Amino acid sequence: MDRSEIEAKLVDLLVDELGLERDNITMDARFEEDLDVDSLGVVELLMALEDNFDVKIPDEEAEKITTVGEAADLVSQKLNA
Amino acid sequence: MERRRVVVTGVGTVNPLAHNLTDTWDALLEGRSGVAPVTLFDASRLNTRFAAEVKDFDPDVYLPRKESRRMDRSTLLFWGATSQAMADAGLAFEDGDPAAERVGVVCGTGIGGIGTTQTQIEILNERGPDRISPLAIPMIMSNQAAGAISIGFHLAGPSTCTVTACAASANAIGDAAEIIRRGVADLMVGGGMEASVTEFAMGGFSSMKALSARNDDPEAASRPFDKDRDGFVLGEGAGSLILEEYEHARARGASVYAELVGYGMSADAYHITLPRPGGGGAARAMQGALADAGVAPDAVGYINAHGTSTPANDVTETMAIKTVFGRAAYDIPVSSTKSMTGHMLGGGGAVEALISLQVLNEGILPPTINYATPDPECDLDYVPNEPRKADVDYVLSNSFGFGGHNVSLLFKSI
Repeated sequence: MDRSEIEAKLVDLLVDELGLERDNITMDARFEEDLDVDSLGVVELLMALEDNFDVKIPDEEAEKITTVGEAADLVSQKLNA
Repeated sequence: MERRRVVVTGVGTVNPLAHNLTDTWDALLEGRSGVAPVTLFDASRLNTRFAAEVKDFDPDVYLPRKESRRMDRSTLLFWGATSQAMADAGLAFEDGDPAAERVGVVCGTGIGGIGTTQTQIEILNERGPDRISPLAIPMIMSNQAAGAISIGFHLAGPSTCTVTACAASANAIGDAAEIIRRGVADLMVGGGMEASVTEFAMGGFSSMKALSARNDDPEAASRPFDKDRDGFVLGEGAGSLILEEYEHARARGASVYAELVGYGMSADAYHITLPRPGGGGAARAMQGALADAGVAPDAVGYINAHGTSTPANDVTETMAIKTVFGRAAYDIPVSSTKSMTGHMLGGGGAVEALISLQVLNEGILPPTINYATPDPECDLDYVPNEPRKADVDYVLSNSFGFGGHNVSLLFKSI
């Protein structure tokens, strides 16, 4: 899966699973400050990433994610590991 | 010091008959049943395969999906009802508004987010504990709706929850009024809801032999006080009232539906699900409401019965009414609107309180539908099958819950 496919699927997840507005989602958008995703929402997102990309994301790596782009980076790194 | 008076200045409901009070009232006067085969899930494994569901409920009408997806259906139903009630009362507060510190909420429910409980336990069993949603607990907890309303409508006064099964939302209305009487708040949301049309809940009620099993004729299944009743029909829905201190309502020119003058409570102290034979507990709740208001029994012009359509409830409630009113019981019209709405459990008391307000303001009594064969043990005037005109000054609304909780609310026209 290439980077643009990962990003597209990630955006779909944010819209479908978290109910975010598609227009607000950019790779630079910060989950908490820009997208109003709280700590419970971040946990939901991580579970959705694990389910939909079939990867494992340990808590200590998850805690470092603050933007949509960083989430895409992490998935990309896991898929190519 | 004279007691602070509490009036109703806003109403809202989402129930099996309609999505607001006006349309609900029209349905009740037409004698329409809200009962039909279950559509919310595949009910084929159940002994009872029908219920009174809220039809075509669309949370998007009330709030964005980003928020609605974090709420159990029960909370969403109450949110819908409360949105209507707040708008009806002309109330809106901003976050941090000092006036909203004297506005609160009491919300009743029987079993809270039981739909979420079932789906999350399925995930637990199929996929393991680390796949349980982080929203599971906030969606399951019985106080979710009270919390969500105080957050969403920026109400910073008392916020709490009554969990007394089928008496829950009647308790919520009474407790909300008590908070106003105490002087702690001027405005309270009072009401409650249930959304337990799930395989888990219906299976549980079925095992108790509490549900009607009239699968060949669902619309005729809820038949309170009729000799051939065979259990209650599970319903779902929400009712929400804005309760307001009388002078506060006058000062802001709010229109008033009625006054809540009496709140009675008692316990059967007998059995976890069966009513005490003879109905002594239920009678004391009604007597408590009358005493609270300082009103004699003969002032009551109509009783909205708990009337669940179970063999036990309808007999004991009839006996309780006779205990309270004596010979005069035979002259007081009593109807069970559960014959049309089904039994909304934690939502029933609030929706029936709303119906009581309509009776006071419209001068019409809603019927008990499906009444065909008199039961010798249920021999009062149940307003069978057809609505009836009646000028009524006081209405009593009964709600009794598993656990032996008995609540009676007395409303007065104003």
